[in-house]
Amino acid sequence: MRKYVPKDNVQGKAYYTDRFHVTPSVPKENVASDEIFAKQLAAVEAKMEVLSAHIQLGQMVIEVKAEDNYKAIETLKNECDYAMLSEMSAVDYLAKDGNFEVFYQLLNLKERKRMRLVCRVEQGQAVETVVPLYKSANFAEREMFDMFGIVANNHPFMKRILMPDDWEGYPLLKTYPLHGDEFASWYEVDKIFGKDAREAIGPEIRDQAEIERYDTKRFSRVGHEVPFGADISEGEPETPIEYSKTLLVDYTKGTKQLDKRK
Amino acid sequence: MAQHQVNYASSAGLPIALTTVDHLVNWGRSNSLWPLTYGLACCAIEMMASGGSRFDFDRYGTIFRASPRQSDVMILAGTLSKKHAEFARRLYDQMTEPKWVISMGSCANTGGMFNTYATVQGVDRIVPVDIYLPGCAPRPETLQYAMMMLQKKIRRESANMKNNTKQNLRLI
Amino acid sequence: MQQPNKLSPFFENLNFERDDNTMVINFGPQHPSAHGQLRLMLELDGEQVVKAYPDIGYLHRGIEKMAENMTYNEFLPTTDRLDYIASTSNNYAYALAVEKLLGIEAPRRAQVIRTMLLELNRIISHLFFIATHALDVGAMSVFLYAFREREFAMDLMEDYCGARLTHSAVRIGGVPLDLPSDFMRNMRAFCDKIDYELEHTYNALLQENRIWKMRLEDVGVLTPEDALSWGCTGPMLRGSGIPYDIRKEEPYELYPELDFDIPVADTNDSYGRYRLYMAEMAECTKIIRQLILKYDGTEPQLMAHAPQYISAPKEEIMTQNYALMQHFVLVTQGMRPPKGEVYVPTESPKGELGFYIKSEGEPYAYRLKCRAPSFFHTGLLQEILVGTYIADVVTIIGSTNIVFGEVDR
Repeated sequence: MRKYVPKDNVQGKAYYTDRFHVTPSVPKENVASDEIFAKQLAAVEAKMEVLSAHIQLGQMVIEVKAEDNYKAIETLKNECDYAMLSEMSAVDYLAKDGNFEVFYQLLNLKERKRMRLVCRVEQGQAVETVVPLYKSANFAEREMFDMFGIVANNHPFMKRILMPDDWEGYPLLKTYPLHGDEFASWYEVDKIFGKDAREAIGPEIRDQAEIERYDTKRFSRVGHEVPFGADISEGEPETPIEYSKTLLVDYTKGTKQLDKRK
Repeated sequence: MAQHQVNYASSAGLPIALTTVDHLVNWGRSNSLWPLTYGLACCAIEMMASGGSRFDFDRYGTIFRASPRQSDVMILAGTLSKKHAEFARRLYDQMTEPKWVISMGSCANTGGMFNTYATVQGVDRIVPVDIYLPGCAPRPETLQYAMMMLQKKIRRESANMKNNTKQNLRLI
Repeated sequence: MQQPNKLSPFFENLNFERDDNTMVINFGPQHPSAHGQLRLMLELDGEQVVKAYPDIGYLHRGIEKMAENMTYNEFLPTTDRLDYIASTSNNYAYALAVEKLLGIEAPRRAQVIRTMLLELNRIISHLFFIATHALDVGAMSVFLYAFREREFAMDLMEDYCGARLTHSAVRIGGVPLDLPSDFMRNMRAFCDKIDYELEHTYNALLQENRIWKMRLEDVGVLTPEDALSWGCTGPMLRGSGIPYDIRKEEPYELYPELDFDIPVADTNDSYGRYRLYMAEMAECTKIIRQLILKYDGTEPQLMAHAPQYISAPKEEIMTQNYALMQHFVLVTQGMRPPKGEVYVPTESPKGELGFYIKSEGEPYAYRLKCRAPSFFHTGLLQEILVGTYIADVVTIIGSTNIVFGEVDR
């Protein structure tokens, strides 16, 4: 039977997990334990509903509804002195919870405090842009759109930023494979030489240990040095230099049959 | 290049040197290789270092040119991403014949450690490559050695580029 | 989509023939002054820039995607290729984020070595900044002098870890190697050399140079409000008169014990930023001199002791059974940090370099986001370039000190 590979998350996974292994969690503290954070949380709570709040590793994490993101950041900027948006991006939880987590990492320079505002958005749902508050969100929101496909409404220039404009797919989704899909693997060939050149150029070599025996046009091969593009399928020219033909292991021949019953 | 030296004693004191056209042309070509400054990523820093004060690339007659139309050899130094690939090819097409390509570093050779969706898996999918330089990043000495190997290669070639294997096998 | 064999100029949605008396020029993605692969679309009215549009992503290699497919220790060498001019600061920022997640701390000697390497990398990066910035503006000889000193710093890095550019000199939980025997002597000589050259070469060449001042003064003016709003950090923020340095404000490693100043420039222009870089280099040598004294008398332990996350030293692996088993598990499966998320900022030579790591208790990070300072400094270009003359564009790009490895990741 073919091995089952889950389609909703094709990223790297541990090949073995101990059945009795219980993963510990980084402790979460109550926001009341830090008075500055408690005051800031109260300011946000006065304006809107806060779904959850805690302190983890010295930074406050507040979760609000996705519709409230602009209002929450406006409050944090104007009332709590969060003068800088250090970073914003998203995390893909589509396989687990069916939504994305969008986070805004904020910095308060006066109190030297950092906090993270978090909201969950469904697939296809857009968030309101925060570019009027922080211009640094200009590039960051474009990157989020590029990598996850989450649109920021009212953004001045909502366009792909890292990938080319005609790219298909959102690379940081968990369903997107590391090596890229069919479109990605032929992108540069299609763009430069056209689809007809696919056959002449050949597919990408993703296996780093691959060596093709009779290919004399590429980088690595086993055997003597022969002219570029020479046909050696009939055998290589005789040279006094010796080489090992056994570098390539042929698994189909000579393997011991361990189970005699078959 | 002993054949080009004028031996006044043997040629009856006349300033005459006998050589073939191939040798003469290749002597000129190989000793003034002007690379295109094609720095893409980390290897570009080592390429700059080899042009810097300690390694002093000018000794080889190589002067980095910023224009493809003035350069003979393209040093593809660093990771070539799929977004950039068409520009690399366009710059290669803009270079005048004869032209050579050095692929510097693992990323340019095979994609290297960046076995991902966004990286071209070897620049030889885009342009024909003459010398592959291993290393991540190759040291400046490696680049200088590659340049010397390229000079050797040029001296072996025919001055008429139509007779060379590589030119006939080019994709386009 | 382009047709085969027809590589005629092709730009997306761009009309080069315009009626409104402005001209659009394309800069990059392969330009010697673009500091890598920046592509700029400049709309010009005469010689003045009306609109600037930076286009990035020409070095996007999918490093964040790689992080989701690699174990924590496997990913560390990849961080070298982010800001490849000062690799150790990336290694360190990543290692610190993971250490914070694991709740471990590097031993004292490792801390001394790490801080020393961080400052050495800051010197390497700043020398590179001076070299390329001066080269862009037109002063070729500074490039040759700065690369001379940079080679000495590279020799020191090579002495320590064997690599010139991609160091991987920091590990999660400590450092792999102790300092070589004559490292301190060489380091002290290097500090003397840098101090001397700063005073006698760079200051003499540039500080009061009339052309240099004319090209840099009042060029690329960045107000403090804009600097905050655009997310500028590091020398860009301090060049606008805001004295925020993460080494001082949110200290990590040995920085709370060290005595150093934070240079601030309040002229907001490129020349102020250049002065700032020079002053920072002098502070670096001051820090390194203090660290040389701190090294003596530390315990020889180099890696933190945390058996479920970090392999034991090689001697123990070779002699003790349990250490070997644990090493085998860590190498084949990778460490499994606790569930949680962490964002740790560090002060890299370019600005605030932070790693956001979301861990689900697996050997692979669920999400890793690298907060690169240059990414935000590139975003700033679309505003700071407007209204300047075309001759100043290169000066301003040079003065932001962007590196495309970490912009595009």
